[in-house]
This record gives sequence, C-alpha cells and structure tokens, in this order.
Amino acid sequence: MVVTSKASPMAQDLLNSFSLPKTLKLKTKQQELLIRVATLSLIYLLAFVTRLFSVLRYESMIHEFDPYFNYCTTPLGRIVGGTLYPGLMLTAVAIHSLLRLLRLAVHIRKVCVLTAPFFASNTTLVAYFFAKEVWDSGAGLVAAALIAICPGYISRSVAGSYDNEGVAIFALLLTFYLFVKAVNTGSLAWSLGSAFGYFYMVSAWGGYVFVGFQHVQSGEHMAAMGVFFLLQVFFFLDWVRHLLSDTKLFQAFLRITVTSAVAVGAVALGVGMASGYISPWTGRFYSLLDPTYAKDHIPIIASVSEHQPTAWSSFMFDFHILLFLFPAGLYFCFKRLSDATIFLVMYGLTSMYFAGVMVRLILVATPAVCLISAIAVSATVKNLTRLVRAKSPSVQSGSSKGTSTAKGSSKGVVDNSQPFQKNGAIVLLLGAFYLLSRYAIHCTWVTSEAYSSPSIVLAARGAHGNRVIFDDYREAYFWLRQNTPPDAKVMSWWDYGYQITAMGNRTVIVDNNTWNNTHIATVGRAMSSYEDEAYEIMRSLDVDYVLVVFGGVTGYSSDDINKFLWMVRIGGGVFPVIKEPDYLVNGEYRVDKGAAPKMLNCLMYKLSYYRFGELTTEYGKPPGYDRARGVEIGNKDIKLEYLEEAFTTQNWIVRIYKVKPPKNRW
Amino acid sequence: MSKLILLFLALIPLLCSSFSPETPSDRRVLVLLDDFALKSSHSLFFNSLKSRGFDLHFHLADDPKIALQRYGQYLFDALILFSPTIERFGGSVDAAAILDFVDSGHDLVVAADSNASDLIREIATECGVDFDEDPAALVVDHSGYAVSATEGDHTLIASDDFIKSDVILGSKKIEATLFYDFSHYMRQAPVLFQGIGHSLNPTNSLVLKVLSASPSAFSANPKSKVTTPPSLTGSSISLVSVIQARNNARILISGSLSMFSNRFFRSGVQKAGSPIKHEKSGNEQFLNELSKWVFHERGHLKAVNVQHHKVGEANEPAIYRINDNLEYSVEVYEWSGSAWEPYVADDVQVQFYMMSPYVLKTLSTDGKGRYFTSFKVPDVYGVFQFKVEYEKLGYTSLSLAKQIPVRPFRHNEYERFIPAAYPYYGAAFSMMAGFFVFTAVHLYSK
Repeated sequence: MVVTSKASPMAQDLLNSFSLPKTLKLKTKQQELLIRVATLSLIYLLAFVTRLFSVLRYESMIHEFDPYFNYCTTPLGRIVGGTLYPGLMLTAVAIHSLLRLLRLAVHIRKVCVLTAPFFASNTTLVAYFFAKEVWDSGAGLVAAALIAICPGYISRSVAGSYDNEGVAIFALLLTFYLFVKAVNTGSLAWSLGSAFGYFYMVSAWGGYVFVGFQHVQSGEHMAAMGVFFLLQVFFFLDWVRHLLSDTKLFQAFLRITVTSAVAVGAVALGVGMASGYISPWTGRFYSLLDPTYAKDHIPIIASVSEHQPTAWSSFMFDFHILLFLFPAGLYFCFKRLSDATIFLVMYGLTSMYFAGVMVRLILVATPAVCLISAIAVSATVKNLTRLVRAKSPSVQSGSSKGTSTAKGSSKGVVDNSQPFQKNGAIVLLLGAFYLLSRYAIHCTWVTSEAYSSPSIVLAARGAHGNRVIFDDYREAYFWLRQNTPPDAKVMSWWDYGYQITAMGNRTVIVDNNTWNNTHIATVGRAMSSYEDEAYEIMRSLDVDYVLVVFGGVTGYSSDDINKFLWMVRIGGGVFPVIKEPDYLVNGEYRVDKGAAPKMLNCLMYKLSYYRFGELTTEYGKPPGYDRARGVEIGNKDIKLEYLEEAFTTQNWIVRIYKVKPPKNRW
Repeated sequence: MSKLILLFLALIPLLCSSFSPETPSDRRVLVLLDDFALKSSHSLFFNSLKSRGFDLHFHLADDPKIALQRYGQYLFDALILFSPTIERFGGSVDAAAILDFVDSGHDLVVAADSNASDLIREIATECGVDFDEDPAALVVDHSGYAVSATEGDHTLIASDDFIKSDVILGSKKIEATLFYDFSHYMRQAPVLFQGIGHSLNPTNSLVLKVLSASPSAFSANPKSKVTTPPSLTGSSISLVSVIQARNNARILISGSLSMFSNRFFRSGVQKAGSPIKHEKSGNEQFLNELSKWVFHERGHLKAVNVQHHKVGEANEPAIYRINDNLEYSVEVYEWSGSAWEPYVADDVQVQFYMMSPYVLKTLSTDGKGRYFTSFKVPDVYGVFQFKVEYEKLGYTSLSLAKQIPVRPFRHNEYERFIPAAYPYYGAAFSMMAGFFVFTAVHLYSK
C-alpha cells in the first residue's frame, strides 16, 4: 500500500518533467534536470519514509487522542459535530475510494494512518515549487529537503497521526504557492487555483465553521473585513483617477474619500461594537495576543498543553539550525525584495510570533521557516561555490554579496581578492555541509525518539540503552473491554475519552470533544473533592469505573497528577466550591509531606497513590517514591471507602477503580 | 392435604431462593426464641402468621442445629428474633450471618427488651437503630402511660403516634371501641408498649420510625433515681422502627417483646388522662398489619414490560435520533399477598437522562397497571437512559434504567432546501449567470 499510494503521482511526476533522451550523453541542462528530478524524487520518498518509524516499530495504528475521533468519523466522511472539519475525512475517503477503484483492497484504517505521510510528501513538492517561484530551483530543492525532515512538521504528520494538520499544512502551503504564483503571473487560472486551495485548507482546518455571518459579526474577522473594505476604496480611487485627468482635482477627491471612508469604517465599527452586533474577541484570540490571558480566564484552553507559550528548547528541538538560518534568509529576502519575498517575509515573521505564543503554532511557522532558511542555505552555498569554481582568485564579480551573511565567521574571509578566498570558501562549504548533516541527524533522531512513539504506547530507554516499551494503555483498554459489563460507564479525565470509547468500547462521561464544559467541570470537581463528596457526584453520573493515569512508577510525566491543577481550575471555573489555593502550599504544587491537606485527601490523589506507599520504585529511595515528580509521597496510608481497585496495569500507568454500590442498609 | 404437599414439593425450587420476583411474600419463617414458653404466650401473633400461610419453624436461639443456609442456599425467607437476651446463637449463625441474610434480600423481625444482649444490639446498630446503652433502661412516660392495675408503673406506655402510611400500617384504621368520635386521630386505639427505647442513626436514610414515644417520654432505669439527664427523651425515642434496605429486604425492630404477647393483644387500654377506654389495645392490628408489610404482603411493586418506540411504530429501535417523538410505557403491579394487582398512582415519573434529566415526565396510567407517556427526544445527542426512579414511603423502590443512544441527524436527514436560504441560492445562481454574461460581454464586445 505504501508503494502504491504514492507511486502514481511520482511516476507522473517523472513522466511530466523528465524525458530521458536516447543517447546517454546528456547536455548540461539535461543533466541538471535529471539531478533535480532525482533529488526531488528522493526527497519525496524520504519525507514519506521518515514518518514510518512508528508503523515499523509498533503496528499500523492511530496514535493520538483526537485522531481517534477523526478516524471514527471517517467512514461517514461527513460533518459530525460543530467542531469537526470534513476536509481530512473526505480526503481519506477519497484516497480509499481511489484505491478501491484500482482494485486494491486496503482497510480504511491504513489509509488513515498513511494519509499524513503521503501529504507530507506532497508538501515537499509544493515547497519546491514555492521556493522556486520565490527564489530559484536550488532554493526549491533545499526547501523541499528541509521541510521533508523538519521536526516541527513531522510532529504532526507521522504515520498514525491522523489529524487535520497533516492535510492542512499541505493545503496551506499550496494555497500560498498558488497565491504567489497568481500574483507573479497575474493569471486568473492561478488565482482560481489559489481560491480552491484556500477552500480546501479551510474545509480541512477549521475555517469551515466560520461560514455564516461571522465574518461581519465577529471581532476577530474585522481586520480581514477592513482589508476587504480598503481594497474596494483603493480600486474605486483607481477608477476615479482613471476618469479624472486633473491630478489636483484627484488629490482633493482622494483626501475627501480616504477621510470619509476611514470615518465611516470607524463609526460602523464603533456602533457595531457598542450595539453588540460585532462580538468582542474570543478568549482564544486574546490568548494569541497575550499569552497569559488564557491562564487567568479560560482554564480549559490553557490546560491543553499545545496551547502553552513555547519554550526556547522546543524551538531548538523543532527547528534546530533553521532557527539560525531564518534571520539569514530574511536578510537575503530583503536584499532581493519582490512581491513574493515580501509575502514570504510577512508569513515568516507573523507565524514566528504566533509560534512563540502557542506551541501548536510552531507547525504553521515551520513551512515559512523552512522556505526562508532554504533561501539562506541556497544563496550562501551558491555564492560559495561560485567562489570555489572561480578560475582565478581575482574574479570578484558579485562574489562578496552573499557570503558575508549567514555565518558570522565568514565576514572576515571574503573580501575583494583575498588571498585565501578559495580555501575559505571551501572551509565554509564544509561547515555548511557539517551543519546540514547535523540537521539531518537531529531530525532523524527527534523523529525516531520523540515523535514516533504513539502516545498510547510509551517508549523509554532502559539502563543499558535498550528500548523499553510500556504498553499499559492498551492493556487497560483491553481489560475494560474484556472485564466490564458492556454498559459500564467510565469516568476519566477527558484526554482519554476517545481512546476508551474506541479501544475499550465503553461509555465515557467526558471525552476529547470538549464542547460541554460543564460535564468536564463536573468530572474535575469529582476528581478534586474528598472521596465521599466525589461518591455523590459519581453516583449522580452513574459512574461504574474510574480510570486514572499515573506515572509515579515509570516516571511518565504527563499523568493525571500533573494535569490535576487543570482539573481543579476547570472544576472551580464552574463550581466555585473548588478553589485552587486549597491544593497549593504557598502557591506551590506538591504531593509530598508538605502538600496541602485537601490535596493529600482528594480523590485524584487517593486513586493515583493507592497502595503506592508500599512500593519501592527506585533503589535507594524510600517506599512510595514518586519518580515522575521525584518526591516521596505525603500520604502513604490511603484507604478507599467508596471505591475499590479493579485493575492496575503492569507499570501502574493506568489504574482502574470500581465504584462500589451504595450500602444496602444505609 | 396430599394436594397441598404436592404443591409444596412443586414449589420447593422456588422456595429455595429468597422471595421470588413472582411471589414476593415470604413463606418459610425461622423463629428463634429464648424460651419455648413464648410459643404459647405469643400464640396470637404466631397464629395470625400461620393463618396467612406462613410456615413457621420454631427453634431455641441457642439450638446448635439451627442454620440459615445449606449448600449456599438460604433455607428461610424470613427470620424472627424473639430472643432479646441471647448472647450467642447456636450453630453457625452469628450477627454477620444474619446481616448477610438481610443483604441477600430476606426479611428480619427483631424484638428486643430491656437487658437486650450485645448481639441483638449489634444487629440493630447495623440496621441503623441504636438502643439505649443502659441495659436496665425502659421507656418511661409519666403522662402517656397506660392506666393499669399496678399503680405508679409508668413503663407500660400507650402510644398512638404512628407513622402516617397506609402502606406500612394498612388502610384500615386501627380499630377501637368508640366512646367518642371526635376525630380521626382519636379513633385509633393506642398500642401498648413496654420495653427499651431506641434512637435512629441520623446518617441512615432508610430507617423509619413507625411508632414513636410521646414528647413526655424518656428512657431511664425506672428502679433508680434519675440523676443524669436521660440520653433519650421525647418523641425522638422510637419504639418500633422499620428499615427497607436497598435490595428491598425489610426489617422490623421493636424495643419490646411483650407487645407481641397475647396479654397485650387482648388487654384493654386507657391512656392516662384520656377519658376513652378502649376494650382492646391496638397491638394486634398494628403488629399484624406491620408484619404483612415486613413479609412483603403489601407494598411490593414490580415494574415489567418496559417499552419504548417511535410514535407510530411498534418496534423498539436500537438508537434514536434527536427530535424523534417517542412513546414510553411500563407496567407497574403491586403484590397483594396472593396476586399481582395493577398499581395505581399519579406520581410515577420517567426521566430521559444523560448526567442530568433532560426530560422529566409524569406518566399517565390506564388504571390497569400500564403507565405511558410520549415526549420528544431533546436536541442533544449522546448516550441517554430511560430512568424510572420511584421511591415512595413504604413501597419497594423501583429503579429502572434502560440505556439508549441518541444520534444527530444524518447528512441526508437535513432539509434539502431550506426556505431561509433561498436568497443565498438565488445569490449564488444569479452570480454564476452574471459572471457568464459578464465574460461573454467582456470577451466579445470590443
């Protein structure tokens, strides 16, 4: 399936752009074409293959939480909830139908698993053409290579990550490319293509739900609206100028029109805002402008780890050398300003800003960063090779232009007719080669280690460097499927909802479709209450089993104890009886002896650490040593009154408790 | 007679379990006595049970041969403990065994007395009833006592503070020979009580006072001076209490064994300060009616035949769609002691429930046991339940839950053409036409 799904476009590609001459002796131009096409094909393959780590290592399955929902809705290929965008499903179904048409019996799941890598491969092609359009074909090749393995993109497009982003980035880049192409050529066909690309992107990635009156009513869309308005004014003025031959008259007219247009716009905006016709900005939007906004006002948005402000380390992790090449590329772009480069610079700068605000937006910045860095690499290398190939060191035409940029060390070397110009260039080329190979190594390592382990199967390194697999999630879900009544209801934090539904085949109280904040808050409240209060809530919710994720034995840090403050915040957002300070000591979140009393006795703590006090997790540490947080727990003597332990997985990562029925005589 | 035996043999498989869902009344009752003399001194009560078809097995409480179950099957449907002083039961029976007996759906009658043993107290405590801790204490009432031959004995109490429940005490008012007829309340003959008082554990939500002491009563040792304030006073003292456990097992706890006796059944009663003299105390009727309730001859409901379907259809669907109209019906019957009879009430409600009730409707009844209603599925999809939670004083609780998923509209179930969208359709098509015309004009007019 792997081969077939991409063989056809690749073959096409080869046929279209490459006609092999009969004679073996090729002209330089043909040689160049051959090399270019061969490189591009290899990059295309590479982009696909590098994303297959997880399939080879585990099995062909869907990894994350959200993708499960997308997978479940795929056979329908239709809109299911208000937050669902049909582009991804339609794409998968289209590919599936195409394969069926070609008489290839492929399960839809495999199509779903491989959709993201397939589109990543296509993205490299688009990146090539885009960079070629903006700069030259050399930059195109470099851009394709960079984006094929860039971790920032791989993080959302490995095999099994069946999420909107996998398709949407392709659509995004395609749209931009077609837009730039349309601007450059002025062709209606390209702009039409761009519009369709945009439609596809929007249908795959959110914009779909905005169809309606939102673009005139929502505050977030006002800027776009204003631009549209300005365009009208601009073309109107253009038309007027065309009609009026007198420049003086036109100047006066211009002044009046602009003033009145601005005034009308401002008044309309003011009236709309004041009357409530135009809604104020939503929380998600504020949190883009002010990264701390969500934390204070809308915990459920801030609780999602991918909505956090980005740490420097993750920039480094996801971009590696691109982070340094990006400013260099900007320099090159500014040196050769055109519509296309201006567009690229703006895209790069804004997306970079937003990537700094929210982790998940690194993904959006990645194509821009790759393209701009590719320009930097390509231009530098080109200039350097020109120096190296120069017949005599005295040839200077334009050679000093590019070299004095990306790497600081280069500026002293390149001067007009420097004595060691050639050697210096060679050294710099070697340096660039070294950096790029480091980049390749880094990307492969990151892909293999960080992004290819499906979150339901955890991988870690043992003491001897061997790979240790924690398959606790699946163990727990299969236990639920096999050992609980079919109508049992499972309460867990919403992160695991889809997986329990899909793999455990049991009803959950809340799931990743977070549209009902009250339900989530109720679960958060139950988790942060004392056991008896929680029991009342669980009775009213008809809960039969409670599932918690616990990393204290394995050191798995994204467990429920670390998510617990969010449960408190979300629960407290709806039920003010839950107060965050009750769980903190001097503003500090701790689980050891110094923890807050409410913390030590709330349901989540009890369920996570039940019987943990008897367990020695690490040599030389007291029993009850929590490896995820590196402390000895504060409440080792946990007794459960209303719940009983039903199942704990091998590594204690998932613990399932049964809610006892009420006492018979009380 | 042989027919009866045959019938009995045929019923044995049924009788081996607890009260069967088909015939909830108890049949085989184990009576544990302190002394076989009780058999004759309390014969009126026992005879009443026998005459209602109960099969009583009398044993001394310390008989080593007694056993509640054999091979994992309970041998009895109900247990009467008329052994207030027993410290240790014979055989394998202990407090835990008796509580297990109750927790597996069997009924229990406990009669304590002053000097009740720790064993009896423990059983009572486990059922949410705390007897006065002073073993010698009796309930004393200096104003509500029964006028009797022994002057100054105010431990024989005439109480008429009954629970207001026809289900528990029967619809027939406790009879009395009437002198006056001023009020409904006064017509009831007081019940004679002599024994230990108890209080209800406030954390137990299932226990009910059936017969309370008057506000002037207190619990103390009548033979000694009251030096400290009595622990139990006033109408918070319960004389007789019942518990209906969550599995519908019923328990009767009385602080007096003598109130079941023939002497109390037959004796006349005159409450102190009251001019009315009843020729016969209310004990017989009170306890017989109460025993009918405890042994599931009354107040036992069953719900069967839950049906739901879309309006206009007969078959039960596996899933509903939002905004479907559906009909829900359930049949509720009450056990009359010999047959299932339609239960008629106007307060049976059904919930359409997903974490909270989205629909709550009172069911209408046709008087023949069938309850029905129809409603519209709310505009919310998810996994819902039809829930009937019927908990009425004295009746067994009905708790029916039936899970049913509700799905949103399918893509082809929406209206194909929305009237409100006609302007948009018009706009789209007019623009296409306009564009076509524009193109033609633009291209071919020079």
